[in-house]
Amino acid sequence: MKKSVILGAATIAGLAAGAAAAGTVDDVKARGKLNCGVSSGLAGFSLPDANGDWQGFDVAVCRAVAAAVLGDSNAVEFVPTTGKTRFTALASGEIDMLARNTTWTFSRDVDLKFEFAGVNYYDGQGFMVPKALGVSSAKELDGATVCIQTGTTTELNLADFFRANNISYEPVPIETNAEAQQQYLAGACDVYTTDASGLAATRATFENPGDHVLLPEIISKEPLGPLVRHGDNEWGDIVRWTLNALVSAEELGVTSANIDELSAGTDNPEVNRLLGTEGTLGEMLGLNADWAANAIKAGGNYGEVFAKNIGEETPIGLARGLNAQWTDGGLLYSPPFR
Amino acid sequence: MTTLTDPPKEQFRLSMLLYDTRYRSATIQVIALIGFMLLAAWIISNTIQNLEGLGKPVEFGFFGEPASYDINQRLLEYTSRDSHLRAAFIGLLNTLVVAVLGCITATIVGVFVGVLRLSNNWLVARIMTVYVEMFRNVPVLLWIVLAMAILIESLPAPRAFRGEDATASMNFFDTVAVTNRGVYIPEFLFSRSLGDIHLFGTSSIRFDISLDLIAFLIVLGGSIFAMRKVSAWAAATQESTGDRPKIWHIQLGILFVPMIILLVALGFHLGYPELKGFNFKGGTHMRNSLIALWLALSLYTAAFIAEIVRAGILAISKGQTEAASALGLRPGRTMRLVILPQALRVIIPPMISNYLNLTKNSSLAIAVGYMDITGTLGGITMNQTGRELECVLLLMLVYLTISLSISAVMNWYNNRVKLVER
Repeated sequence: MKKSVILGAATIAGLAAGAAAAGTVDDVKARGKLNCGVSSGLAGFSLPDANGDWQGFDVAVCRAVAAAVLGDSNAVEFVPTTGKTRFTALASGEIDMLARNTTWTFSRDVDLKFEFAGVNYYDGQGFMVPKALGVSSAKELDGATVCIQTGTTTELNLADFFRANNISYEPVPIETNAEAQQQYLAGACDVYTTDASGLAATRATFENPGDHVLLPEIISKEPLGPLVRHGDNEWGDIVRWTLNALVSAEELGVTSANIDELSAGTDNPEVNRLLGTEGTLGEMLGLNADWAANAIKAGGNYGEVFAKNIGEETPIGLARGLNAQWTDGGLLYSPPFR
Repeated sequence: MTTLTDPPKEQFRLSMLLYDTRYRSATIQVIALIGFMLLAAWIISNTIQNLEGLGKPVEFGFFGEPASYDINQRLLEYTSRDSHLRAAFIGLLNTLVVAVLGCITATIVGVFVGVLRLSNNWLVARIMTVYVEMFRNVPVLLWIVLAMAILIESLPAPRAFRGEDATASMNFFDTVAVTNRGVYIPEFLFSRSLGDIHLFGTSSIRFDISLDLIAFLIVLGGSIFAMRKVSAWAAATQESTGDRPKIWHIQLGILFVPMIILLVALGFHLGYPELKGFNFKGGTHMRNSLIALWLALSLYTAAFIAEIVRAGILAISKGQTEAASALGLRPGRTMRLVILPQALRVIIPPMISNYLNLTKNSSLAIAVGYMDITGTLGGITMNQTGRELECVLLLMLVYLTISLSISAVMNWYNNRVKLVER
């Protein structure tokens, strides 16, 4: 009886945590740490470095939010999640936000009760094959064995793509990127499919990246972005505008190099509002006036974060493409800070 | 002076529920039960309320929606346009396949190892001890992952079979291809097939039964029936004359001749796997996820079964063996005719729980990407629809049903073999 009481209490505690939708920002401040869900290991996006510090493009979003809320970009507890566990982790309150190359879809937003804070990477699903296979188009993949991460949108796109093109394939469902890599390199599957950025990141870690090619077809739209639980709008606003701050900073020319100088005050009122020297934007969010400045200092503006983690100078070597500023013909477009 | 009076008839008072030891234990039990039920009701209502607060009321309508994902190993026809319920059903069949294969293999291996562990041959007994201790003391998940890793890394990829200077070749006269994507074995084909019966129309649990298989089973059943008649006749002859007529060639004829006639009539032939495009085509593809899971689960469970068998044998008194030897039975026959039948009574009950364990352990299948019911209903469906509670409840119900069915069958068998006392 005693045992069942304890178990019951534990269950109820779990359920209560699941229902705790409001007040995330207070929880984070009280805890002094941000619990941020990331991928369990994808080079360039989220991977611990040799010292065990998490590095990457998605990790940078977590750090920026922690810097905005707590003023310390290292006050983050990174929680590695898989494609399958991520939503449960977020819904149950185990993590405060999820920055794990997660595609923004209607059903995730509406039915799963999450709130996407924006898009930090415009992606699409691609295919990687060994060069030796001599395949030049995904439509030639009839009968191929395809490794795929289970619990992702790519699984559904793949089924639709092959059905629409009336070709057959053999899916090999896999839990994590690392396992997929192992099976793909051993030749247990001919093709590895996931978001094109993930493919590039995976390929960069291969011994001979040149032996593998990405096929030209991009079969889906995959807008990847950070997300929070539905129903806590204050917290959602903080994550959304932190991301927008990074994007705006690039557009306005605020970098980690000149931010201290600009924080002293400029003659561009939008820069001033962004950096908190003018107006009360931080107060409206319930944060300090220098929240955005801290977020930008954490890893630089969007362009700097991109260049440092996944840009063309890195082994992953992704071009800005769709992820350029709207002024450069890309899709990045932050609403104004006003 | 004494006066005799009847002892006053004791009146039942409410306080006796607490102070009278005759009633007290019942009172406590009733209170505990009520408390427990209240707690359960509270948890359930709390869950439902909280889920509704999250805007996710408990409902099962999503099972009718198209699943939109593909499943590689499907015993029945399935496409990504089929419903989630159909996908769960396909997964259920995959669970049952690996559970049945695993239970059979584990039993055979376990009995052998258990007997051999008691062997007088020092080396054999020690090797078996090492096997049992290694498998019993390492978590089964590690064995599954290890088996998969060995299959993937050590076997050749299909492209190694291609071209002039192929580094790998097929085995058994080019009929079996062993690759790191699985083993392709010849399949049975019938050129004059009788066709299929379609059951359950277009519902989610529709399936086809091959008439060829039914015909085969009918012929097999008929043959076995005839064989029993023949051995009954032989036994009767032995009773009356003392000589047992030689019947083994008749038995073999009865077993095989009708079967061969049927197979020829149906145009039986084998379909061989052939390297076409990216993969082998034709033949039956046993995926390495199935092989790894099957091997690891059966070897792991076999180690436990071996111990049960050993314990069962040791439970039979030494006198039985000595009596059998005194009658002139050889050790092998002593084991088969005297020891094992008696040991079975001790062996069967713990065996049930091992079968149940194997079946439940098969839910680790997702570690190697085997699409069992945990992988479909409890994995992709749950993830894509976000209906955690519904999926997990249904999953629990499915495993409960499978386990209770296994228990029922094994208990029935146990009742048949157990010692009948008068």
